[in-house]
Amino acid sequence: MKLNWRFALAAAGLWLAAGVAQAADYKPAVVFDMGGKFDKSFNQGVYDGVEKFKSETGIGYLEFEVTNEAQREQALRKMAQRGADPVLGIGFAQAPALEKVAKEFPDTRFAIIDMVVDLPNVRSIVFKEQEGSFLVGVLAALASESGKVGFIGGMDIPLIRKFACGYAQGVKYANADAEVLENMTGSTPAAWNDPGRGGELTKSQFDRGADVVYAAAGGTGVGVYQAAKDAGKLAIGVDSNQNYLHPGTMLTSMLKRVDVAAYNVFKDSMDDKFTPGIQVLGLAEAGVGWAIDEHNESMITADMKAAVEAASAKIIAGDLAVHDYTSDNSCPQ
Amino acid sequence: MNTSAVPLPAWIEVVLIPLLNILLALIVAGLIMLTIGVDPVEAVAIMIRGAFGYDEAIGYTLYYTTNFIFTGLAVAVAFHASLFNIGGEGQAMIGGLGVGLVFLLLDSVLPTLLLIPIGIIAAALFGAAWAFIPAWLQAYRGSHVVITTIMFNFIASSLMVYLLVNVLIKKGSMSPETREFEPGAWMPFMHDFLAWFGFDVTRSPLNLSLVLALVCAFLVWIYIWRTRWGYELRTAGFSEDAAVYAGIKPKTVVISAMCISGALAGLMAVNEIMGVHHRLILNFTAGYGFTGIAVSLMGRNHPVGIIFASLLFGVLYQGGAELAFEMPKVSREMVVAIQGLIILFSGALALMLRPWVVRIYLMLRPPQVQAAS
Repeated sequence: MKLNWRFALAAAGLWLAAGVAQAADYKPAVVFDMGGKFDKSFNQGVYDGVEKFKSETGIGYLEFEVTNEAQREQALRKMAQRGADPVLGIGFAQAPALEKVAKEFPDTRFAIIDMVVDLPNVRSIVFKEQEGSFLVGVLAALASESGKVGFIGGMDIPLIRKFACGYAQGVKYANADAEVLENMTGSTPAAWNDPGRGGELTKSQFDRGADVVYAAAGGTGVGVYQAAKDAGKLAIGVDSNQNYLHPGTMLTSMLKRVDVAAYNVFKDSMDDKFTPGIQVLGLAEAGVGWAIDEHNESMITADMKAAVEAASAKIIAGDLAVHDYTSDNSCPQ
Repeated sequence: MNTSAVPLPAWIEVVLIPLLNILLALIVAGLIMLTIGVDPVEAVAIMIRGAFGYDEAIGYTLYYTTNFIFTGLAVAVAFHASLFNIGGEGQAMIGGLGVGLVFLLLDSVLPTLLLIPIGIIAAALFGAAWAFIPAWLQAYRGSHVVITTIMFNFIASSLMVYLLVNVLIKKGSMSPETREFEPGAWMPFMHDFLAWFGFDVTRSPLNLSLVLALVCAFLVWIYIWRTRWGYELRTAGFSEDAAVYAGIKPKTVVISAMCISGALAGLMAVNEIMGVHHRLILNFTAGYGFTGIAVSLMGRNHPVGIIFASLLFGVLYQGGAELAFEMPKVSREMVVAIQGLIILFSGALALMLRPWVVRIYLMLRPPQVQAAS
């Protein structure tokens, strides 16, 4: 009897200690990529998501912004060594590093956005950017009076071609005769944060007859939107809802809900609902979409809205397939 | 009093003044840190511990050092011929392209013992070739290398983007990179290398390229100060007219200096592509080519100085990363500001303290020496 009593106490103590430890030790971490957490775009979306988690739960997180290639692996490993769990890596470029570190720490939960790392302790979150871009392409074509629309990318990499390809398909879907002008900002990472050049490229596209421009170029987009405002033409934002930047000339924004994805990684891990594996977030999962709010609703006519919603329903139902550039590294013309 | 003419003992010139400069930079950086509410003493302690405190940290510090030795030497060789090679970044990229092309073709065919030298030679040759064009334009068309080498950086990065996105990309890959090379083509990691001798070291990106970098530093010293080619290089650098009078062909010197410079920059790819990433990626140069300019200036364009300046930059990079990691208030932009201050004080303002040091030295100098002079 005495023994039993002791055993129960010990067990209770252990349980209690484990419970306390779990609450106190929940230490999520995020490793931002080169753009930095204030890139007004992709990384900042993640930042918004983890900040939301922090303000809701009061639990802080570890963070790091990488500045060169070698730091990715270093930062991810250091997070894991410090007992951070889960560890969230941002961007496709972190995949090789995350794969290596996730193998070294099989008991730590990892997550990566924009790339697939196929390991039992990793959640991979990828987006169907082509579907969201398709919808804003439809809107661009319907809003254009000249029949010419523009696209400004950051660097010429497969991810950005995926945006461009989906956009072009949407444009052609709405107006088969429309023409899409395409420019990339540069060939170094500086291209993600070059509003000056973004503005110049936009002006040159306007000179060539375009009157709606879609930017998928991180911080460079700010210059694109400004140029559109100055010229009185239309621009389309990306990743976060950027409609508020220039009400009246921001036609819409292509939403890529990295904030929700990042928030869910932290929240699911805390609630012990973390699931490894691949999450593909498209229109059907509300992972991508287009933004309508008080800043742009006056520019979206009922016909435009109906057309986009019809296209969206078709894509969700599977009746309309939007080609993914990265599936075969080519875009149908 | 003209203090610049007063000779100082070597230990003051090469040890004390640089240390004072760094100290001054740290004081200014400390003031900035105080304004954002960070304890500067603790910050410096974290930086130093982060750079030397444990073997993984030392590994990272020396890994960065390796990059800086290569790019610093590249700038120095050109500098001795009065050429300002700002194209280290592009030359390193193309050096990496050389390594990538050769390994993608040969890595499953040849043994390691052949692959590693072939990779090194490819990096040097491709880097040299990329520097050759601006060099030729300078020598025979009078286009200034400062302009052309900067432009060649952009051409190199555009070429790399084109090749990696359209041609060399691994099939079905989202990210613009080649497939991984076979392990036989990897430059051995230092932790693996030391493990063969029974030393247990934590893994880090440090690899045997460090040895190659030190060998290069020694060879550069021999080349510049112990060979007739180096003599020609320095002569043409000091005065082109004198060089012509002495029977030296300045055009040949320009081309050879730039090609050697480009080869050294290209070798940086050995550290990054052969040693760490084992695949060709975009942007692996990460600005090391540009930092090489500061390294070379701080090292007074001498291989020994460059090794120490590289070590300092390695400490700043690795210690700075650790600082950003440990102190959430210190953003990475803050780390860049601290690095910038240290560069400013020990590079651009290197001689600012010298007049005072000379006065103090003259005051403290033993009187009999004063009498003798």
